[in-house]
Amino acid sequence: MTRYILSRAAQALLVLWGAFTLSFVLLQVMPGDAVLIKFQDPELGLSPQQISDIRASYGADESAFVQYAHVLGRTLAGQLGYSIETGVPVSRMLHAAYPTTLRLAVVSFGGAIALATVFATAALLAPLRPLRAGLRLVPGLASGIPVFWLEIVAIQLVSFHWKLVPVVGVSGWMAVLLPGLALAIPISAPLTQVFLSAAERVMAQPFIDVLRARGASPLRILYAHVLPNALPPTLTISGLVFGEILAGAVVTETVFGLDGLGQLAQQAVANQDVAVLQAIILISVAGFVVINFTVDALHPLIDPRIRRTQGGGAA
Amino acid sequence: MNTVLAQWRQRHDVTLPRLLGVLPVLVLVLMALCPGLFTGLDPLAGQTGERLMAPSAAHWFGTDQFGRDVFARIMHGSFSTLSAAMLAVAISLLVAIPLGLAAGLGGRRLSGAILAGADMVLAIPELFLSLSIITLIGPGAMHVAFAVGISQVAGFTRMIRTEVVRVRATEYVEAAFGIGSTFWQVVWRHIVPNSLAPALSLATLRLGTAILAISTICFLGYGPSPPTPEWGLMITEGRNYLATAWWLTTFPGLAIIFSAWAATLLSRAIRVDP
Repeated sequence: MTRYILSRAAQALLVLWGAFTLSFVLLQVMPGDAVLIKFQDPELGLSPQQISDIRASYGADESAFVQYAHVLGRTLAGQLGYSIETGVPVSRMLHAAYPTTLRLAVVSFGGAIALATVFATAALLAPLRPLRAGLRLVPGLASGIPVFWLEIVAIQLVSFHWKLVPVVGVSGWMAVLLPGLALAIPISAPLTQVFLSAAERVMAQPFIDVLRARGASPLRILYAHVLPNALPPTLTISGLVFGEILAGAVVTETVFGLDGLGQLAQQAVANQDVAVLQAIILISVAGFVVINFTVDALHPLIDPRIRRTQGGGAA
Repeated sequence: MNTVLAQWRQRHDVTLPRLLGVLPVLVLVLMALCPGLFTGLDPLAGQTGERLMAPSAAHWFGTDQFGRDVFARIMHGSFSTLSAAMLAVAISLLVAIPLGLAAGLGGRRLSGAILAGADMVLAIPELFLSLSIITLIGPGAMHVAFAVGISQVAGFTRMIRTEVVRVRATEYVEAAFGIGSTFWQVVWRHIVPNSLAPALSLATLRLGTAILAISTICFLGYGPSPPTPEWGLMITEGRNYLATAWWLTTFPGLAIIFSAWAATLLSRAIRVDP
């Protein structure tokens, strides 16, 4: 058991390090050094001496390897560097931006779980086989809808036409209500798909027939017997869902004009502000890794079959 | 003649649903190659007297702020989206096929290294990966296709490797080795064709994902610049008229959905079941 958890932890750290290195290589080593691009602008009227001073202050004049060692060192120490665009510490920018994104994530994740539950129940228990088969196709179709378009239509219909939820001049939880619910639709699609296929495998097993013969109601079979068996496979994609929410925040916050991490990422791309973009990528990878590790660690607790195979010491 | 056709149909399992599944993509390809068949109007030249007109018989999808016909712009915009999506999938396959084959056929170390690398890349959401590449190489239509293609490589690599491993374990591969074929003969005659066919039909499915990813990045403003008719960009421009001209954002979005669904239908139609 301990060995299983340790090996998973080592794997998680390896993925985190690899993704960090990849984003560093992509954003900071490759040509077109961001400091040079920004300060070479003749309108700023900086002398070559001043530019090289600025580059030295960002460490951009060092060799790629020295820069990598430096950035890795300071990141490990919790220092995320300075924004090239504004000169503000990246950590301060993240600190100002994260509450909006956190609220957005809570609403969209909660909404996605609720939507997936209601929808999966309907798709599994609806009368008539064709209706069930039709409902089964909906998540796949929903994932073909672009999020930004869905959100724009939501603003037009819900906010402008029906005047249900305001989107202008709102703050706090009210500001993320409509964006969060709109983002919940594409987020719920993969959850529903994975859960439905797991649930169908469970429902094909003989013990379900036995339960039915004993007179258990369909709802009871679904929630007391199918759900616990179909949940573990669904949990394995929760790390992916976290990444999807953060990527969805880039689009959602742009559409609704919210100032969160997504907006920060979008501006960082526009301004080639690599330190900010790298910090946000790091957050998303860290979230992915931590969630996956937690799910892996909890898996044996949820699923006794895994506990038994891990008990022999095999990793 | 009839029997030849019947034989061909039977051999390739051509059924009506399969034929219907190919139809939407054919429409899209026709739209991209000869938009003139669908509309006689210019996607770039606007009529100053016809600004922001609601959909009507003359302008099916209305007109935009410059008096340009939205239907014509959507028809002409299909080329940009479709070609970028195909380029993206082609780039992913080009990089992922050798990697996937190496991971499936190579020794434990090689395959372990490739899979670990894929895991690291997959930890980064695809949108962030493609935006990083855009930061590096700058915006533009071809750059978006390249960025989306590269960001899908890790997923494709794992997909191809899974197929290779499956085919490698089959009895006919064992039999081929048994009759004395060399390693490369078996790879070329059996493993490559039998593992790439299912992988290619999955690649068609990824065409839909690529269309969505490309239009998202174009919507964020890193694709072609105005006045190019591009669906994502059209929606960005239409956002300024959200409250008054719904048709500017609604119809390009429906075009994106149509093409994403068309790709899904195509992949179902040509699916090769392993």
